[in-house]
Amino acid sequence: MSEQTLETSNDRSWTFRTRQWVDRVLPMDHLLPHRQPYYVGSWVYVFGVVTIAALVWVVVSGVVLSFMGPQWWHDSSLGHFFNSLHFWSVQLFFLFMVLHLWGQYFMAGWRDGRAATWMIGVVIFAASILTAFTGYLSQQNFASQFIAVNAKDAMNAGGIGAFFNVLNFGQMYGLHIMLLPITVTFLVVVHIVMVRARGVVKPIGPEGGSAS
Amino acid sequence: MDAPAHYFDWGFIHISYPNLLVIVLMIVLFGIALVAPFPHGSDRDV
Repeated sequence: MSEQTLETSNDRSWTFRTRQWVDRVLPMDHLLPHRQPYYVGSWVYVFGVVTIAALVWVVVSGVVLSFMGPQWWHDSSLGHFFNSLHFWSVQLFFLFMVLHLWGQYFMAGWRDGRAATWMIGVVIFAASILTAFTGYLSQQNFASQFIAVNAKDAMNAGGIGAFFNVLNFGQMYGLHIMLLPITVTFLVVVHIVMVRARGVVKPIGPEGGSAS
Repeated sequence: MDAPAHYFDWGFIHISYPNLLVIVLMIVLFGIALVAPFPHGSDRDV
């Protein structure tokens, strides 16, 4: 096969073109950098990674809880421990996610082509609230019943009570352990890849633009 | 743990002490993150 023919056949190959696109948009030195700009040396940049660490513990403890079931997490000491681990890692996840949000808001993290990264962060926040809400409904205790009965009125008033039925444990539990965690985890991965593709936003310069 | 929380009341502000404590803790943590020195290793560009 001549070189000309080989080049033409490569151009028509979707795997070749996809590989070239990934190499161009997300080179490995962006994906796994071993050096960071000087301005990244601040504790404010640590909030995002602590949020990810908390999410890992949320997922790990959640997988154990889903394997063992409500009887276990209410009646055994180990079940109580994993129930608490799940609950407190969620508290830390939200606490550090909001601190990360404050940090990015004050440094205007959406600058220089990072608007989509910011917006995906907003969607992750909303999806996380929905995940936490269905989690509170899945506890299988008096608190979850109280929350479900009161939330039903709000859902009915919003017109989605029949579609999103908070009194239906199976529906809430299914959403909580399957659809919503997959959504949050997938969007977090996309968020991180987008941050890595463009790098961390530069500090705001003395004249209002990005520092050079 | 099951007892109802006490509330902080100031004008139109009505918030439980546990929630107020979390918000104060977050503001303090954010302030510390801004001013606390960060260890600079050799893995950063100057």
